[in-house]
Amino acid sequence: MVVLVVLAVPWFLWGDSRVVAGLPLWLWWHVGWMALAAVVFYAFTRGPWERLMGVTRG
Amino acid sequence: MADLGLQVGIVGAYLLVALAIGVLAYRLTGRDAEDYYLANRSIGTVVLLFTTFATLLSAFTFFGGPNLAYGAGPEWILVMGVMDGVIFALLWYAVGYKQWLVGRAHGYVTLGEMLGDRFGSKALRTVVALVSLFWLFPYVMLQQMGAGEALVGLTDGAIPYWAGAALITVFMILYVALAGLRGVAWTDTVQGLFMLSVVWIAVAWVLSAVGGVGVVNEGLRASNPDFFSLGGGLYSPQFVISSAVTIAFGVTMFPQINQRFFVAKSDAVLKRSFALWPVLVLLLFVPAFLLGTWAAGLGVTVPEGANVIPVLLTEYTPAWFAALVIAGAMAAMMSSSDSMLLSGSSYFTRDVYRPLVTADLSGVLGGDSRSDSGALALVRSVLRERTVDGDREAQVARAGVALFATLSFVASLFRPGSLIEVGDTAFGGFAQMALPVIVALYWDGTTRDGMLAGVLGSQAFYLLHVFVPAQSVGGVTVFGATYLTWDYALWGMALGFVLTVGVSALTGAAPEENATRFTEGLRAD
Repeated sequence: MVVLVVLAVPWFLWGDSRVVAGLPLWLWWHVGWMALAAVVFYAFTRGPWERLMGVTRG
Repeated sequence: MADLGLQVGIVGAYLLVALAIGVLAYRLTGRDAEDYYLANRSIGTVVLLFTTFATLLSAFTFFGGPNLAYGAGPEWILVMGVMDGVIFALLWYAVGYKQWLVGRAHGYVTLGEMLGDRFGSKALRTVVALVSLFWLFPYVMLQQMGAGEALVGLTDGAIPYWAGAALITVFMILYVALAGLRGVAWTDTVQGLFMLSVVWIAVAWVLSAVGGVGVVNEGLRASNPDFFSLGGGLYSPQFVISSAVTIAFGVTMFPQINQRFFVAKSDAVLKRSFALWPVLVLLLFVPAFLLGTWAAGLGVTVPEGANVIPVLLTEYTPAWFAALVIAGAMAAMMSSSDSMLLSGSSYFTRDVYRPLVTADLSGVLGGDSRSDSGALALVRSVLRERTVDGDREAQVARAGVALFATLSFVASLFRPGSLIEVGDTAFGGFAQMALPVIVALYWDGTTRDGMLAGVLGSQAFYLLHVFVPAQSVGGVTVFGATYLTWDYALWGMALGFVLTVGVSALTGAAPEENATRFTEGLRAD
């Protein structure tokens, strides 16, 4: 999760102005990263979602 | 201007249709508070997702964001995307899921009610409600400013700013008076889907009208070569982080968002919404802010006091389409404002008005009982309900909404700042409350004194920085926009955290506190 947040801004592309298919490269990174976030979040809801909350089921 | 009649007709018709949907939903709505404010905690995934999403479909996103992307570059997509798609999503879990569990166990309807019960403090309850209402004011005003400016841009000034702002104010008041949360949630969903589709159609339309993204980029290279590189100008790393963090934390404390945390039908609804959220955010922000950026490359000039999106659309798409987009945006803004006003009115009636007029029953009815079962909580909430004349309270709520919206309309006429500035200030104000609340939700050592210190201390700090002009004291600038290049809103949040934890550690729990309220008896389905 920490990696997911920290790299949500592509710091290594700071100042980079390459354009790919009409849009800045960093914007493509952002698009991909958000898609990844959705997948990670989905996996999270299947796994540790409740463990962290002290919930009883039923 | 032949188009004027058409434009006004489309905007008017659209707003009326939105109102009709709300009225229809109202006819299906029960009359008790749980239904009016929470739609009986029965909101499903699609509606929950869109009704939360619709709150983002505000003038801040729709006009302010593109204006910023037009003026400073497309990095705003990244700032808002990270803020909303990642940070807010995680808070959705950390704050939202926890509040859902706690709210379901004890029957809470508002944040103030939840905290007031946990800490056995009416003062805390009222303070939380008042702080929320205070910051809600500029955000409602922002919608009125946005609507006024939108119609100026669309009609090229034929409809003056005040008339647009007045129009949306009237619709807001009508709407809240006629529909509860169910009505708002329904229109939010319709609006959300409509605006998502329309913004993509606008992108396609503009691109095909100008001859493709290559043409736009050539224009941008000539006019704003720095727009392609990440960062630069306004966008420093500090700005990106400060904006993303304060807005994300602020959003969780918005009454209309925070109240949504209580309304989900089941935890499956919260989970699905959580996973879908980044995608939805991406689908909205990328096209909306790209349009703003592209307008700069196309050499669109925006008149003083107007917004870039209406001007761009009027130039590159037919008049009816531009009018439809603006109508959709205004209706979305109306719908978001209604969510805000509705939640605001429940904060006002439950947490400010009711404690003033009712006798204190909490002692008699077990407000201090340590092991409050769900059934007892229900009985208590029903009894509380009965102690107040429901009709009179509903009147107070509606009068309060009308007064609030009218005052913010008057304030919007003075246009105290740009859309982004006003929005940012409001987000920052709400963000000050987030850390004390999170500490309270997770640490049972939090005390009433700690909460009051954290909430009031950070608010005082933040308000001083909003209203007192920057001054130099002994070579150090105080009350400026930043300290050590970081936004004062972040420092305020840190202060709130330190005060909450520090004062809690130094003080003991008051006898009225229910420390286990947020930790025991939480059940999922």
